[in-house]
Amino acid sequence: MAKIVIDGVTYEVNGDNNLLQECLSKGLDLPYFCWHPCMGSVGACRQCAVKQYRDADDQKGTLVMACMTKANDGSIISIEDEEAKKFRANVIESLMISHPHDCPVCEEGGECHLQDMTLMSGHNYRRYDRKKVTHRNQYLGPFVGHEMNRCITCYRCVRFYDDYAGGTDLAAQASHHHTYFGRQSDGFLESEFSGNLVEMCPTGVFTDATFSAHYSRKWDLQTAPSVCVGCAVGCNTTPGERYGELRRIVNRYHGDVNGYFLCDRGRFGYGFVNSAERLAESQQGKGTGRRTVSEDEAVLELNRILDGGQVIGIGSPRASVEANLALLQRVGGDNFYAGVSDAEFAQLQILKQLSGESALHAPSVREIEECDAVLVLGEDVTNTAPRIALALRQSARNRADELAAAAGIPSWQDAAVRELAQRELSPVYLLSGYATRLDDIARATVVDSAPGLTQLAQALARTLDSAAPTPAATLQEEQKQLLGSIADDLKGARRPLIVCGTGSGSEALLKAAANVARALATARGGDQAVDFCCVVPEVNSVGLVLMAGETQSLGLALKKMQAGDVQAAVVLENDLFGRAPQSQVEAALAGVGQLVAIDQLPTRTTELADLVIAGTSFAEQQGTYINYEGRAQTSMQVFMNNQAARPAWKWLRKESETTLAGLLQTAETTLEGLAGITAILPVSAAAVAGMKYPRQSHRYSGRTAIQAAANVHEGKQPEDRDSIMAFSMEGMSSQRDTAVLPNTWAPRWNSNQSVSKFLDEVGGHLRQGNPGRLLFTRNGSSAGYFEPESAAVTTGDFTLIPAYQLYGSDELSARAEVVNERLTGAYVALAPHDAQQLGVAANDLVTVSADQEALDYPVCIRRSVKPGTIVAFTPAGQFPVAGAGDQVSLSKAQGSGQARFGNLIVSDLQQEGI
Amino acid sequence: MDKPLTKNIDMSRPPLEIAQYQAAGGYESIRKIAAGLAPADVLQQVKDSGLKGRGGAGFPTGLKWSFVPMGDNAPREKYLVVNADEMEPGTFKDRLLMEGDPHLLIEGMIIAAYTIQASKAYIFLRGEYIRAEHALKKAIAEARAEGLLGSNILNTGYSLEIVLHTSAGRYICGEETALLNALEGKRANPRAKPPFPQVSGLWGKPTIVNNVETLCNLPGIISHGVTWYQGLGKGVDHGTKLFGVSGRVRSPGCWELPFGTTIREVIEEHAGGMQDGYQLKAFLPGGGSTDFLLPEHLDLALDYDVIGKAGSRLATGTMILLDDRTCPVGMVGNLMRFFSHESCGFCTPCRDGLPWIEQIFVDLEEGRGSEKDIGILEDHLGYLGPGRTFCALAPGAMAPLGSALRHFRQEFEDHLSSKGCPYTRH
Repeated sequence: MAKIVIDGVTYEVNGDNNLLQECLSKGLDLPYFCWHPCMGSVGACRQCAVKQYRDADDQKGTLVMACMTKANDGSIISIEDEEAKKFRANVIESLMISHPHDCPVCEEGGECHLQDMTLMSGHNYRRYDRKKVTHRNQYLGPFVGHEMNRCITCYRCVRFYDDYAGGTDLAAQASHHHTYFGRQSDGFLESEFSGNLVEMCPTGVFTDATFSAHYSRKWDLQTAPSVCVGCAVGCNTTPGERYGELRRIVNRYHGDVNGYFLCDRGRFGYGFVNSAERLAESQQGKGTGRRTVSEDEAVLELNRILDGGQVIGIGSPRASVEANLALLQRVGGDNFYAGVSDAEFAQLQILKQLSGESALHAPSVREIEECDAVLVLGEDVTNTAPRIALALRQSARNRADELAAAAGIPSWQDAAVRELAQRELSPVYLLSGYATRLDDIARATVVDSAPGLTQLAQALARTLDSAAPTPAATLQEEQKQLLGSIADDLKGARRPLIVCGTGSGSEALLKAAANVARALATARGGDQAVDFCCVVPEVNSVGLVLMAGETQSLGLALKKMQAGDVQAAVVLENDLFGRAPQSQVEAALAGVGQLVAIDQLPTRTTELADLVIAGTSFAEQQGTYINYEGRAQTSMQVFMNNQAARPAWKWLRKESETTLAGLLQTAETTLEGLAGITAILPVSAAAVAGMKYPRQSHRYSGRTAIQAAANVHEGKQPEDRDSIMAFSMEGMSSQRDTAVLPNTWAPRWNSNQSVSKFLDEVGGHLRQGNPGRLLFTRNGSSAGYFEPESAAVTTGDFTLIPAYQLYGSDELSARAEVVNERLTGAYVALAPHDAQQLGVAANDLVTVSADQEALDYPVCIRRSVKPGTIVAFTPAGQFPVAGAGDQVSLSKAQGSGQARFGNLIVSDLQQEGI
Repeated sequence: MDKPLTKNIDMSRPPLEIAQYQAAGGYESIRKIAAGLAPADVLQQVKDSGLKGRGGAGFPTGLKWSFVPMGDNAPREKYLVVNADEMEPGTFKDRLLMEGDPHLLIEGMIIAAYTIQASKAYIFLRGEYIRAEHALKKAIAEARAEGLLGSNILNTGYSLEIVLHTSAGRYICGEETALLNALEGKRANPRAKPPFPQVSGLWGKPTIVNNVETLCNLPGIISHGVTWYQGLGKGVDHGTKLFGVSGRVRSPGCWELPFGTTIREVIEEHAGGMQDGYQLKAFLPGGGSTDFLLPEHLDLALDYDVIGKAGSRLATGTMILLDDRTCPVGMVGNLMRFFSHESCGFCTPCRDGLPWIEQIFVDLEEGRGSEKDIGILEDHLGYLGPGRTFCALAPGAMAPLGSALRHFRQEFEDHLSSKGCPYTRH
């Protein structure tokens, strides 16, 4: 701790930080642009100038940039000094010289950091009366709008996009006051994190194009704290609604999970909520006999079926804990099945088993950033858990911070640290099925199929701990050398990390990865848990596996259905055709008496159901999701569905008095894995006199007129009986409880930069604690190493490797209209040599035949695919022809595919065919 | 008088080839080092000589070198970079050295690189200096053939490679850290200091960036010794310096003269005095980014401190003269256009302040100026002053502007009252 004096007041601060960061952490208002807590200082904008005095006798002082000056013990500074204020006024005047007067029509208006800082720095009247500099704008794709004329040249965009997120297609161009930030030519931004530009940009250069398409001011949005349903990371979000339509999603700060950043799937993939395809009302009957039924009829029919006996329920990894619980409680645990593929279910069981092991620790995203040696085994994190990929980029930079510390350069001196470290990175080893978007930070990469990677992992475990099982295969000398380097780096690291996941599709690889982590824990002395990040596919995959019984696989359910043992099956938010082979699903549906499907959008399963129940999207319901690390988080309802869709848990509850809290309380007592889950519910005890937390801002406008086109009388606001939030402007100040914080807003700070006012320190944790709770209790010792199993031998010429896509692997976001422009369709990628042998070129069709199935896929050729393997991408909602590591045969098929891999952002695509 | 920098230069013939150069005593310093001078010995001699950097700042060279980490724990890779990006308006002294006697620079580079134990040295050459490029290329090849570059130079165990890099242009590349970024293939934006290049420079390794003329002083110091070197100067600073004059003098040019020579001597004796019909009104003593001095300063000695005390800077030592028939406002406006265009665009005051200043000068010239504009110019003097901007470009630009507003206020006012420039073009 250091003591510094700011305008005569003494503060205790962290002397390693810079003055700007400490001023903001102390709640002081000091304007800035180019600095960011995650990206440090570069001293470009000069907006944060303060007066610094040598000592108490120094009356004159010197102007310094607060962001570039260390908060040394004994520092004396002044923010209010007249010369400093004058300088800051000069700077903001400069920045505004060419800035257009378009605030009234600018998307950023009202939540613009530049507006806030302009007021704060005291620039009111324009002295500059000459021509402004203007620029040409670019088309940057369906997600991000570009209005360069608003640019104030703070360099934040490129510093985030290139330096922080590893992008290569956005750059600062030209110089002096013509400096331009854009791509080399028009075209969509390639980075998976491009949407953060919208929040990084202090003004309206980069805007959310999906929001612009149906724009509303920040204060006119109804918002609630929500959790992204795009993957299993569980990033915290703030969705905003107006006129019954979800208008946008922005980041909601969480100190352990997403921090300041979201991925583009999470930010832009919300369009499915507004989809014209939405199941607005429940329906009964099949085919031409299908008819819409009223809410009451639907409830009666559903209850008749549920009470009829011999009913099974198929749960969903994309439905909330509460929805699954309601189904589970209704059909009974023995009749509740996990609605995921059997291969994934087996993997999730392993994860569940490992979740109690004290030698392992599931790291949060923030903890991942702290790791300084990483081994990724078989998971394409960029496409399955993108926010973690962004964190891994930061892990690789720990080496730079070490070098900087040794050279006496503070870690927040961003440019200096990068110039010092150049390309030196902490070790990251990527053992994957195909070239990934993280290859540029890898010290070494291995591309192989799951069986090949499993052998390497087994051998690595053995290298780390001689007590680990003997690997099945012997390795080549260079493989041994590589494993030796990996082992040394993992052992020598301050905080090593193993990343694996269900994405490999291989139970054996997951087990081998666990063995590596266990062996590493042993090799490191055994007294510290090793970070073991197991990525799972969907927002509530972990929740589902904690609820379903160990043997309750979908395969078993389908068998029972096929055998005619089931009178009715209730499928919760799930398309069975994406979870099991078509033949199996069809046979099961033929055998079942009645099929009930609850969902928000039509699927092949709802098409075939006898009763379709209209469910709500995440934004229209409150729900709990459990992320990859076992973190249970509540996602609050944002708005009321104004049609006949209701939350699944409400449809399914037996008693109409059952509440969300009640469901969780029951679960806590009956399901071991969910112990402690009720602790995450925001409690209304904090509310005074029954007041609730408002979802509408203090400036929410036009409420009395929203329905005026239909009815000039102001309708009653919908009542929220399920939560402690209200569809209202009135109520408790939500700023007291981060669990119900719908947005950030502070006096003089209208933009997202106001988040600093809600943190214990900038870049730190939310003052009232980060919401959510970790459910895994790790008190068990290891059950011992998994023994290598010999894989079942299948026949064929090629080993299949499943691939994933940011836009395509997730069922819901893929149905957002804007995402459609970036969607990747099914493909198989072949090595150039194999393609030549088969006589196929890019876009040709090949028939991939496995044991029982055969499917045609368009071909793309990727240079780094291992010969003898095929990399197969199957979009969500379809079931792949074969599993990971299975042998398949390939033959050229007639015709050519409507391949949609033009959107593939991979480094090794061979565009020209062969 | 000894002229260690220009003794071999005769622009009427090609520069000396290596044999002639050696015959004239060239590379003697390297042989002296090979005979048993340790890096620390060389460093001490350079420190003792009192050599100051000739790029403009006048920082003691030996002191600069002494910040480079040495010894077994020092990074193995270190670099010497020659700042040959001579782009200061009115400055053409390094060009003379490189075109006239390239081996002198190479000899100096070997001495400097050896002292800091750098195994690679880069020459960052202004792209337009094509004659210098050809001369240097030829000289580097000759030196390598002679065993003065490459591995194990003269059996010392010391190895050095020289890479000649021709710049793609931009004045800011003369700022040593922007130069390093450009050399790394990045945008030529300056870097934050600290850390200084001596600690984290090219590719993040300890690096010395020296001006061409600075390095050309080294062979003499090592060959003839500190005492000889210190005997060269007439004033406070040691050695000789290239001084140049441009403007309406009879024979503009560049001459090697001892420190302590008076300004009057340079202008009147070497440059031949003012052309007929022109009177000296003022001059920038060290290139485009120094403050104007007046005829009353003509008898000042050309020494760093003397010129500093007079309110300007010796900087590159190449003077730009303003005569009585040339509009000072136009001259400063021309400089402002240059500095505005050459701003890298990184920090706000420079990027957005200079273009405003430039526009005001255009308006003054075209009769659209107002009293308010002069106030804005004055406002920018402090706003773009030292310590306010990221590097020294904008403060450098404020030097001629600020001094012009002090000395030529009437001329500025005249532009307002006569709605344009009262001077006739000639």
